[in-house]
Amino acid sequence: MNGSLHLWLIPLLPFAGFVLNGILGRKLPKALVTAIALLAPLGSFLVVLGESFGMSSASLPVTETLPFPWISAGKLRIEFSFVFDQLTLIMLLVITGVGFLIHLYSAGYMEHEDGYWRYFAYLNLFLFFMTVLVLAGNALLMFVGWEGVGLASYLLIGFWFQKTSAADAGKKAFIVNRIGDFGFLIGLFFLLANFGTLTFSEISAKLAANPAWTGGVLTAIALCLLVGAAGKSAQLPLYVWLPDAMEGPTPVSALIHAATMVTAGVYMIARTHFLFDRSPFALSVVAIVGAATALFAATIGLVQTDIKRVLAYSTVSQLGYMFLGCGVAAYSAAIFHLMTHAFFKALLFLAAGSVIHALGGEQDLRKMGGLRKKLPVTFWTMTMAVFAIAGFFPFAGFFSKDAILYAAFTQGGLGTVVWFVGLVTALLTSFYMFRLWYLAFLGESRSADIHPHESPWSMLGPLVILAVLSVCGGWIGAGRFGAFLAPAVGTKTAEAASSNLELILSVLAVGVAALGWFIADRLYRTNPESPARLAAAVPGAYNVLVHKYYVDEIYNFLIVKPLLLLSKFVLEWVVDIAILGGAAWLLGGIAMLGGAILQRWQSGNLRSYAAWLALGAAALLLFVLMPWTSILAGFGLHVGMVGH
Amino acid sequence: MHLILFIVFAGFCLAGAVNLLMQTHPINSALSLIVVMTSLAVLYLLLGAEFLAVAQVIVYAGAIMVLFTFVVMLLNAGREERTLGSRAAMVVGFPAVVALLAVAATVILHTQGLGTAAMRDGITSTQELSTVLFTKLLLPFEVTSVLILIAILGAVALARPGHGERTPSE
Amino acid sequence: MSSGYVQLLQQDVPLSWYLLLSAVLFSLGIVGFLIKRNLITVFMSIELMLNAVNLSFVTFAHQWHAVKGQIFVFFVMMVAAAEAAVGLAIIIAVFRARATLAVDRIDLMKL
Repeated sequence: MNGSLHLWLIPLLPFAGFVLNGILGRKLPKALVTAIALLAPLGSFLVVLGESFGMSSASLPVTETLPFPWISAGKLRIEFSFVFDQLTLIMLLVITGVGFLIHLYSAGYMEHEDGYWRYFAYLNLFLFFMTVLVLAGNALLMFVGWEGVGLASYLLIGFWFQKTSAADAGKKAFIVNRIGDFGFLIGLFFLLANFGTLTFSEISAKLAANPAWTGGVLTAIALCLLVGAAGKSAQLPLYVWLPDAMEGPTPVSALIHAATMVTAGVYMIARTHFLFDRSPFALSVVAIVGAATALFAATIGLVQTDIKRVLAYSTVSQLGYMFLGCGVAAYSAAIFHLMTHAFFKALLFLAAGSVIHALGGEQDLRKMGGLRKKLPVTFWTMTMAVFAIAGFFPFAGFFSKDAILYAAFTQGGLGTVVWFVGLVTALLTSFYMFRLWYLAFLGESRSADIHPHESPWSMLGPLVILAVLSVCGGWIGAGRFGAFLAPAVGTKTAEAASSNLELILSVLAVGVAALGWFIADRLYRTNPESPARLAAAVPGAYNVLVHKYYVDEIYNFLIVKPLLLLSKFVLEWVVDIAILGGAAWLLGGIAMLGGAILQRWQSGNLRSYAAWLALGAAALLLFVLMPWTSILAGFGLHVGMVGH
Repeated sequence: MHLILFIVFAGFCLAGAVNLLMQTHPINSALSLIVVMTSLAVLYLLLGAEFLAVAQVIVYAGAIMVLFTFVVMLLNAGREERTLGSRAAMVVGFPAVVALLAVAATVILHTQGLGTAAMRDGITSTQELSTVLFTKLLLPFEVTSVLILIAILGAVALARPGHGERTPSE
Repeated sequence: MSSGYVQLLQQDVPLSWYLLLSAVLFSLGIVGFLIKRNLITVFMSIELMLNAVNLSFVTFAHQWHAVKGQIFVFFVMMVAAAEAAVGLAIIIAVFRARATLAVDRIDLMKL
């Protein structure tokens, strides 16, 4: 049903912002740049709100297609089609809403930067691609958005490109993403080969018409798509770029590496759920990857000293939870957690940014402390977020995490195992988040002579709004989320059933979170020297954790070094110098040799010229005067030369 | 009669030509060439071209060769020196000449319908010649005179003392 | 006996002999061009070639009883005269510039 929804406005506004700020931003006054940059997400958000008020669940999904196709080659036909359904609605609200808040925050945070206009241009570019990603009605258009957000992420991580570590981090993010994108592409090729189309609705319809199709090729497709999702959403083994991405400005970390881009993988799995549903094997892999990542990242987060690194590993861990949810086919639960996570993780990052801003750039937890009295608004909003992520009732994280764990437990078999892993991870999450809370805000101040001051209201406003959402966000979706998203992602999650089991599991989860808080309290408030003693007691394990399991070093040894060697010795020496250089040298040599030989003919010597002239004359005479036709006829060759 | 005259003067032509090649001093070559020219004049006469025979003697032998002799004396050209020589001239040139001669000779000898020359064949009178020259071919005739004028001017300009000498600015 | 010789002497000369003579003179001219080392002598060989060609023109004029052949020879003579004048002037100029008449030493036109 092609309605007059003007869905195309949603990506268009940020794109216009990007173009304007990108081209003219350098010369415009800062206020105008800010206005353009803020109006874009706000405008998109209002458009989304407008759409959602005008319709009922029955009228979705809505498809808008541009009148001309993108690709029309033989049997392949790809349109520019945007699809708006419940899933898209949730994603768009999160993206444009939280996006707008972060844009607002950035106006304050990045105020004194030289590349102010560039930052907002990139941020708008990111919004454009992200909205294209979630609105896309076919996999190829989604891939455009997918790649585009990777590009924007690269540009923003390396925003302070003069710093080598930032430039390197941007490159790392892009390259690791590329590996995931390769998997995505293979999956797309498989899809095209087997279904002849990339449009989600058509694939879904084909699958629905053939209930017997399971496993086999569908597993292959699902696994390829999973590789892509793992790259974008920083799951094992492609998570290594996310901690390094903290080199970018903190609002970027909040928007891209917490709330929106990294959730693209989860969104993609939810969008193509009809494929994953047909392959229990693929779903198991998703669940295992998610659970393993969640636990792995949580253990690393236990000992990190940089406030943003802790949050980065926390993000990887929470994304693991979302993958876990998808893996047990509880897609709506995963999306629910995606939404609540966007609220409290963005809040955590923005509050961390506020702390960093207040301390003049300090990011080391060991040098913070006692900020409770000095940064009251930041403190209280961050506290909300910490409670939310730990999963305490009635904050947002409780409901979404609970939904995932319940779905995992009720699935049985593998589900129970991943449930247990999820529970342990909840304990660890609670612990390290409270550790951060204690180290940063409570206790005595360990920051030297810096006098921290509270941030301006352009930064505090979004913090407050996000804090409210972190508290109330869960209430919005509890019990209703699954039913709401069912038309889009299926009704695997039986949320209304067996409230006793659910109650027990919830209590268990909260208890675990409380245990984590208790341990953190013991280690960081009452006995502040005990962490050091504990670390000294198990130096081996501690070192492994601090060095992030040496994963970066392993990758460097296994992958990067061999590639560099290959480039240098094979590609540079053999191909570049020997083959290509040799070929060029050869061609040049032939030309020069030919020239040198011919040059000797032009000696300037009159007599040799005369000799060659005589030769030419003799030849000419021979050719003209001899009766060639009769001579050739004598040899039996009759040449048709009339009248010679 | 015709035959004897032909053989004698053709012999002179060939002898003079060969001598031109054999002599080392240019003045000797010039004198041999004069012999060739005058012998050719006689041959023209044998073929009935009376005007041409006389013109040959007056213009060629009498003017052009004298000009050559003047230049030889002016430049005080001496005997030829042994210079580097050109291998190409020998290797490429001689076979070419031989081939040329062979082709021409073959064609000449195989051509049918060539007549003969005898004393009884009439002489083309000068009147015949000039009639055609001054009526049908008047334009080429006048152009030729312009050509000679240009040649005079060119020769004067080129041979003037200031021309062709190496000046320090070159 | 003498009548045999007289008969011999009364014979006509075939025109091909004239043409052969012309060809031989022409070849001798080319040979002279190739082997002579003095610039003036080379020029003389060229004149020899021109004359050889004149002879063949006259021969053919006799063959076809066409006076045009002889007129052509006339023009050739005129042009040869002009050419000789200019050519010798050039030789003088070259001599002034290079102080030599050896053909092999006048090679400024090489690459």
